[in-house]
Amino acid sequence: MTVDQATAMPDAEDLRDLRQLACSILDKYAADALTAPRQALPFDDSLWQTLAASGLTLLSTPMPAGGSGAGIAEAAALISATAEYAAPGPIAETDLLAAWLLTVAQLAVPDGPLTSGTCEVAVSEADGGMVRVAGTADRVPWARDCDTFVVLGSTVAGEVVIRLPADRCSIVPGHNVAHEPRDAVRFDLDLPRESVVPVNSGLAREWLLRGALARSVQTCGAMESALGLTIEHASQRIQFGRPLGRFQAVQHLVAEAAGEVTAARAACEVAVRTAVQDGIASPAGELAVAVAKSQSARAADVVSRVSHQVHGAIGFTLDHRLRHFTLRMLAWRGEFGGARDWERRVGAFALAAGGDLWPLVTSGRPDPAS
Amino acid sequence: MTNLVPPLVQLDADSKSLRDDVRSFLAAELAAGRFVPRVDSWISGWDEEFSRRLGACGWLGMTIPKEYGGHGRSHLDRYVVTEELLASGAPVAAHWVADRQVGPALMRHGTDHQRRRYLPGIARGETYFAIGMSEPESGSDLASVRTRAVKVPGGWELTGTKVWTSGAQHCRAFFVLARSEPLDPDHRHDGLSQFIVELDSPGIEIRPILLLTGQHHFNEVVLEKVFVPDELVLGRPGDGWAQVTSELAVERSGPERILSSLPLLTSYVEKLVEQPGAEEVRMVGGLVARLLTLRQLSLSIAGGLTDDTSVDVPAAVVKDLGTRFERQVVETVAEHTATAPDPDAVDNLSRLLAEGVLHAPGFTLRGGTSEILRGVMARGLGLR
Repeated sequence: MTVDQATAMPDAEDLRDLRQLACSILDKYAADALTAPRQALPFDDSLWQTLAASGLTLLSTPMPAGGSGAGIAEAAALISATAEYAAPGPIAETDLLAAWLLTVAQLAVPDGPLTSGTCEVAVSEADGGMVRVAGTADRVPWARDCDTFVVLGSTVAGEVVIRLPADRCSIVPGHNVAHEPRDAVRFDLDLPRESVVPVNSGLAREWLLRGALARSVQTCGAMESALGLTIEHASQRIQFGRPLGRFQAVQHLVAEAAGEVTAARAACEVAVRTAVQDGIASPAGELAVAVAKSQSARAADVVSRVSHQVHGAIGFTLDHRLRHFTLRMLAWRGEFGGARDWERRVGAFALAAGGDLWPLVTSGRPDPAS
Repeated sequence: MTNLVPPLVQLDADSKSLRDDVRSFLAAELAAGRFVPRVDSWISGWDEEFSRRLGACGWLGMTIPKEYGGHGRSHLDRYVVTEELLASGAPVAAHWVADRQVGPALMRHGTDHQRRRYLPGIARGETYFAIGMSEPESGSDLASVRTRAVKVPGGWELTGTKVWTSGAQHCRAFFVLARSEPLDPDHRHDGLSQFIVELDSPGIEIRPILLLTGQHHFNEVVLEKVFVPDELVLGRPGDGWAQVTSELAVERSGPERILSSLPLLTSYVEKLVEQPGAEEVRMVGGLVARLLTLRQLSLSIAGGLTDDTSVDVPAAVVKDLGTRFERQVVETVAEHTATAPDPDAVDNLSRLLAEGVLHAPGFTLRGGTSEILRGVMARGLGLR
């Protein structure tokens, strides 16, 4: 029940090409979509189909399962780019969470957008060899736009992966502060036994790590765009007869934000590299993801504050694109665990190292027992 | 994308055996009681015997070519050694400036004569240097230096005052930034030169300036018509500004901009292990997460040095973030521990915390204040 993945980082050039392909698609989408004065960026089926036709929606999913057979590094490059354009839809969720769970459970990966959640599930025997499953998965990203939900359920007998048809579940709409769908999915239905697959108990942790890495990378993408808009605004907006960026006070704000983006980006790069080389669920992978999530979440505070401060009132309205990025980073910083949650994890690794804090810093490899 | 730093680097397997060697050496030194870990040990730990032992191990002048008595190794190898020394709080102050700054500057700008004269001693841990940039009236505004260099037969005559000159009372020589041509207000960075001034030259007076700890580390060095022969001009006269700018980039990006207070954090964590509270564990996690990240950024610049790219903007990023972290370690430990800081305490945590409190104000000043660094970053971002 393991999914083989590459253990070497792809060439930088290949990642650049991939990024370019994604950006060429996203440029066309973003030209109009980001300027509409409305809160939400709704799911865009034609964007999804274009990304899917280029093999970008199931990038890290193995080829036999219908994916492109790349790795986490490629997936990270893609979701970073999509976040830079605030592209709507469950791009990270489809590939890194839902299709991954289906592949691990040896279930078929359907076409179209997928999403994933975790919850407690009551499982019982039903008529005709069927299995009855019931539960509620909260805050499932983009559930209303997906035909299939993949739930990682915890049951009294252990963990199961369940493939749920959307038309037999009920959805209670919810949103994050960026007005992205975060819906509750309620289900109570009979499924064929083969749609409810027992899996080993480490999967919930890996699911969380994948989600946290995805949100960290997405946060960095959003921060890059917000910072870019902020530098542009500070260079063009004239007050007191000179551009805002000529004022030292403004320069220092922007430099502070740029420093935080640089740090968060580095932490994410290390996390991606470690996930590729050691496996995301290894102790080294977990430490690196924890660091990336804490750094990106902390940076999101600074970058959103600075970006809005420099933009003034215009950035505080639906008339400006800035909000797409600041609100996403503010939403994403708390999803799949916030800074404090992940710092506790890093702290636990550090204390398990006892007096050997420094070797942990240089190796990035916690004691597997901790 | 706004990429302010060079690509991240990954240390190879060879660096692990080098690191293991340094760790074994440090463990033996500690076991033999030959040093006590200190906060800010690259300022506070002057120990010439220790420097010579490092030199004997081949861990000074590592990037200097063998023909000049060095070891021809990479900047990343040097990084591994220096970060191990700093993390353990080892007394590295004596050789610090010579090894970090003067060796590379002599390789970049120096003549064959200058290299042969100083580099072998630097690599042996016997020849120490200081830096003469700041003056009583020139701090952040370095281009305003007033020390004058007047051309005389066979050399130059230097007159002026330098301050914050680290360890001048023990050093063989220092680099002096001086104005060698009259100030042109439109081109303030022109007409500056650097000179290698031997500290036993006639006309030099060295006066101590004491740190908050009471330690004699800084000096005021007064030069009164000090003769410097032509052969000790660094590079070409008039190139001083470009030289100090590239030196500052090296000076700002190293592990000493991240690790100055690490011995305090290590000591705190050692004690915390006995009875960890949830909030303290999170706090330590926050600091360690930051440390892991900053170390990667700093390493990437050492990688950049290897590739000979310009690193002034990345170095500013690392120093601004890194020295804030060094300060944050002191503030956070002070906030969370019940141990009272006492500079004379036998208890390590108490003493290290006191050293942290007394050294912290310097972290974000020396080598360029955070405010100057943010100006450099803003320029890198296209804002000025």
